[in-house]
Amino acid sequence: MFSYCTDPETLTGLRWLSCYLTTGVHFSFYWAFGKVLLLLALAAPSALLMGFLGAMAARSLIAPLRWIGKGYISVVRGVPDVAFFLFFVIALDQFFEWGRHKIKCPEWTDPIRQGNDFLVCPAAKLPLGTAPEWQHETYGFLLAVLTFAIVFGAFAANVIFGAMRAVPRAQMETAEAYGMTRRQSFWRVMVPQMWVYALPGLSNTWMVLIKATPLLFLLGIEDIVYWARELGGTKTARFSDYPHGDWRMWYFLALLVFYLGFTRFSEVVLRRLNARLSRGQATAAGEAQRKANA
Amino acid sequence: MSECAQTIADYAFRSLGYGERLLPRSDFTLCQHFVLIGSGLFWNIYFGLMALCSGFFLAIAVALGKASANPWLRKPAEWFILLFRGTPFFIQCFFAYFLFLSLKGSYPFFESFTSAWLGAVIVLFLNTSAYSGEIFYGALRSIPKGDIEAADAYGLSGWMRFRRITFPTMLRLGWPAYTNEAIFLFHTTTLVFFSGFPARQQAGDALYYASYFADKTFNPFIPYPILAFYFILLTLCIIGVYTLIGRRLNRHLPQEKRAKFRLRPQLIR
Repeated sequence: MFSYCTDPETLTGLRWLSCYLTTGVHFSFYWAFGKVLLLLALAAPSALLMGFLGAMAARSLIAPLRWIGKGYISVVRGVPDVAFFLFFVIALDQFFEWGRHKIKCPEWTDPIRQGNDFLVCPAAKLPLGTAPEWQHETYGFLLAVLTFAIVFGAFAANVIFGAMRAVPRAQMETAEAYGMTRRQSFWRVMVPQMWVYALPGLSNTWMVLIKATPLLFLLGIEDIVYWARELGGTKTARFSDYPHGDWRMWYFLALLVFYLGFTRFSEVVLRRLNARLSRGQATAAGEAQRKANA
Repeated sequence: MSECAQTIADYAFRSLGYGERLLPRSDFTLCQHFVLIGSGLFWNIYFGLMALCSGFFLAIAVALGKASANPWLRKPAEWFILLFRGTPFFIQCFFAYFLFLSLKGSYPFFESFTSAWLGAVIVLFLNTSAYSGEIFYGALRSIPKGDIEAADAYGLSGWMRFRRITFPTMLRLGWPAYTNEAIFLFHTTTLVFFSGFPARQQAGDALYYASYFADKTFNPFIPYPILAFYFILLTLCIIGVYTLIGRRLNRHLPQEKRAKFRLRPQLIR
């Protein structure tokens, strides 16, 4: 990157380091941090949506829907999340391909599962066998986002379900007294008020979500863990301009620092948000704020 | 049926290195799924129990340290909790593995630290100590003021007050959250063999075998539900044991107060 980097063998000290850290592969490593942030940016709102739908299903008046909602919440929370990640990435992929297979190749008569193989017609492959590399990567990434949304949606659903029940009963009774229907009182009274009860739990889920992002590595995505292992491994002078010993420990130390900084930053932001949402609420935190101002 | 008995004989202790060396390669039966994944569960239970039993003591030390007025005790405890709660276990494990690997190069003493049975247990031990330490710290802070005042009125102080009043009350208040921590700790143990620590001779944990089957058959719908079944069973056992202990901790309370002791598994990890 820098002009003095043309002959790495002559460099020493900081100059060597500055050249080493700006090689092409290192930019792939830095871009992988972007991938983590992108995953969070996409997974958090979708998990929140899944959580909202899950909570609505869990408190539905229709029994089968309620069972689905409650089952979703407790099964996902009762099983290690890694298992779900490994499961859903294959299962969702096969589900999509199976669906496309049914639509695109109705004349196909061979069974889809043949022994240890999963065979769909070529037109149903996702992405198509002829698709460029970036489409494969994007598809893999989107599957990961969907998986994160499903798993963390269950955690969020549990929190939101609890928050909906925490809204004071008197508020709902007032809504009923005004003649609101069940739907109206849900959207106009319960939903706006539940957020302050949900926020501590949702903050917690967000923290857990951050700390689950390195599991992208297990889903076969070239994320920061992948690059840290690649770049940190011993490099000999034959294959690299920048030979070094086993530095994987230092790369993972850098990842630890990144995550520590990120969780710390989130904590501060969430604390402020909590203070903002508590303003004027009939909770202990809101009461404390009112007293402090008076 | 006799075929399944043979499978049990071959693979029931496969995860510990006993029995048939070669894993099945094709024509997997349901019995093989159940036996091998169940065999791997030994490791999860081993990791979880070791970390819980040792972590309990460090957790109490950390909680007391964080609640201490002395900054020389408080600051290290705060930093310890921050460090282990603020970073993913997955990365901690990778870091520890490579750290032990490079230490092994210079000091032969660290030979066995790169094996999962010791290295991963150390990471899990530190990790659960930090999480439980935070739980017990919270419990310590919510001990009713009246209890401490009553202890003072009885002339209890120092060690005696801690032993008779502070410690039991702290345990009692922190117990529901601690149950939850134990459950999530057992879930976390499934990450060990995916995070650097090698599964020597394919002797891995439950998830290791489940993903082995899923990779070989390309069918996730059998091994993972079996794994889920085992883990739900394990979770129920943990809840059972912790409820028994919790009931013992609460046995002096009047009945109607005791009835209030309900498990509310919240998320803490």
